[in-house]
Amino acid sequence: MALPTYASPLERVWYYTYLTICVLVFLFLILPVLIVIPLSFNLEPYFSFTEKMLALDPDGYSLRWYDTLLTLGHPTADAPRDNAWWWSAWENATWVKAAKNSLWVGLWATVLATTLGTIAALGLSRPEMPYRRLIMAILISPMIVPIIIIAVGMSFFYAKACVAPDSAVGMITGTFLSTKGCLANSYLGVIVAHAVLGIPFVIITVTATLSGFDQSLIRAAHSLGANPRVTFFKVVAPLILPGVISGALFAFGTSFDEVVAVLFIAGPEQQTIPRQMFNGIREAISPAILAVATILVIFSVALLTVVELLRRRSDRLRGVTGR
Amino acid sequence: MAEDATTLLKTADGRPLKAALATAQARSRRRAFLLVLPLLAFVLLTFLIPIGYMLKRSFEHDGFSANAPALVQWFAENPGFDPANPPEAAFAALVQDLAKMQADKTTGMVGTRINYTVPGTISLFKSGARAAKDLAPPYKEALLAEDAKWGQPALWRGMYDASSTYTGDFYQVAVDRKLTDDGWARGGDKERIYVYLFVKTFLVSALITVICLLLAFPVSHLLATLPMAKSSLLMILVLLPFWTSLLVRTTAWIALLQEQGVVNNMLVALGLVSDGNRLSMMYNMTGTIVAMTHVLLPFMILPLYSVMRVIPPSYARAARSLGATSWTTFRRVYLPQTLPGIAAGSLLVFILAVGYYITPALVGGADGQLISNLVSFHMTKSNWSLAAALAALLLVAILVLYWVYDRLVGIDRLKFG
Repeated sequence: MALPTYASPLERVWYYTYLTICVLVFLFLILPVLIVIPLSFNLEPYFSFTEKMLALDPDGYSLRWYDTLLTLGHPTADAPRDNAWWWSAWENATWVKAAKNSLWVGLWATVLATTLGTIAALGLSRPEMPYRRLIMAILISPMIVPIIIIAVGMSFFYAKACVAPDSAVGMITGTFLSTKGCLANSYLGVIVAHAVLGIPFVIITVTATLSGFDQSLIRAAHSLGANPRVTFFKVVAPLILPGVISGALFAFGTSFDEVVAVLFIAGPEQQTIPRQMFNGIREAISPAILAVATILVIFSVALLTVVELLRRRSDRLRGVTGR
Repeated sequence: MAEDATTLLKTADGRPLKAALATAQARSRRRAFLLVLPLLAFVLLTFLIPIGYMLKRSFEHDGFSANAPALVQWFAENPGFDPANPPEAAFAALVQDLAKMQADKTTGMVGTRINYTVPGTISLFKSGARAAKDLAPPYKEALLAEDAKWGQPALWRGMYDASSTYTGDFYQVAVDRKLTDDGWARGGDKERIYVYLFVKTFLVSALITVICLLLAFPVSHLLATLPMAKSSLLMILVLLPFWTSLLVRTTAWIALLQEQGVVNNMLVALGLVSDGNRLSMMYNMTGTIVAMTHVLLPFMILPLYSVMRVIPPSYARAARSLGATSWTTFRRVYLPQTLPGIAAGSLLVFILAVGYYITPALVGGADGQLISNLVSFHMTKSNWSLAAALAALLLVAILVLYWVYDRLVGIDRLKFG
């Protein structure tokens, strides 16, 4: 909003105040995210800048907290770093294990949420869908209901949701369940919990993409002789794909950042990065957390870039200009 | 007339058009529903049933009713007994049950159930059960000699309530009512911790919503009025925090605001604060409010922005050209048009704030805790029924807000980025 030429002096003063307020709010938003990056290179075990760091002295900076991510939980941390050392880090280091768990859980939760969510969104976007409003409200509710309520309900129920480990079902599903054959303390339990939490995001992004979808394209495909399967894969799927992918990224981001459900339903095996951070912040807070935080910030920059590019591509494909 | 016309029309195979249309519509409705069905079943199994199960736990507890059969039967036969002076038969049944509890090792479960409504009774049941097999009639004097607490009217009321599996007791406790010798009564002012925390949670959430609105309004306006290229760039500053892990942002605020943190060090270096009087902005309510405002601000900016973006600037120009001052233009022309965005953003932020858990748990310290943290506290203390009742009350509040949101804004209008 440029200042109009007829603005009075008072309006000019107000205009610059307004700009200053905006700048301050932007700083409030972005500074805390960026501040963790330099702090993570701290040589000292402090959560603040040392004098050497402020003087931009290279001696004040170090990679020791990044190193901690590999050595914490490493049985032979001080040994020379040969192949065996790196292999051991991959197998044993606490943070590496947590990262693998997070990726594993996030991947399956995303696959589950995106597949079910996209199919459901296709149904919800049809004009003849019955009870649309009610069903939407139910499917979006995992985002609205406080996470603590979800976690408490799941921790009660998943402890009871068991199959006998020696039964036929138990044999097949046993590896995904806990040793007692329950959803609680198991990877499957965490995966379905995270899938439920990711579903609202998939539903919202995919239905938003479909809302701009020109239904006459489907009729055109039919009239040109395409059967429903060909119509879906050749006409519908390419157009909604950007929406589906950003929904999937949202679902993955949700799972990758989720800690409360994990705290309540996961066992010690399912240690994820957020859980490790949560415990780290509660107990002894070390700058190693800031190193993880920096990696996660870079990770979110990458996610954001992909989502933003997809959104633009989707808008272009659907012929939407501007926002 | 119109109806007659359609009933007369026939399709090629001779069926009435109206019937054929109804069949076709029913089929397409069924098809649409079948697409949604797998997800609905999944959400039902993994989300709705667990929450329903939690609600069931909030008014069901068989810790006493399943393990004290004699007393349960006596209560059923004598519902009008005087809790202040139960007869010998009641004590006889109690001693019989205590002996059975000791044999079955169920004292803990019984004590836990009674402890919800009459605190401090777990040990009473444990010692009573140990002594039960050596007691001789008359049981009333024998048990009272063992511990005079067995004569408390509140205890007898509590046991009577607990003799049925389904009970509203946990809700009474969750709204700070106490089981006294004369029945349920409002707790003293110092004991009203749960209601106090509910009120506090709502007030803090309202405060955070207002702060978010005040911060988001100018920024959204700037983003909405700048040319697309510039506003897209600035939008990154809003979306990056939105995409950044919650734990990262909470960690960042700890680094910034703690006593040896960046802000305090800066203030000391600038001489604004002396080294001995560092501000405590972390591990208290201030920390909770600042960090939560930061986390929830994008949820206010995004809906506000999407509403402001489509407000035509010509309305404001028209108002100015008709002689309105800039303040009047803002108040009478611009602000009313942003109300849908204000409603959407405020409700969303408020709903999310009321149920917030992680940030208060990490940066709230002792006085920055909200109702979610209390639910978590009772879960870790194994007071599951009370945790479930508190969670159920919170759920009702959230569902009411959600319903309002759907009425006012519509859930299908939710969007990100």
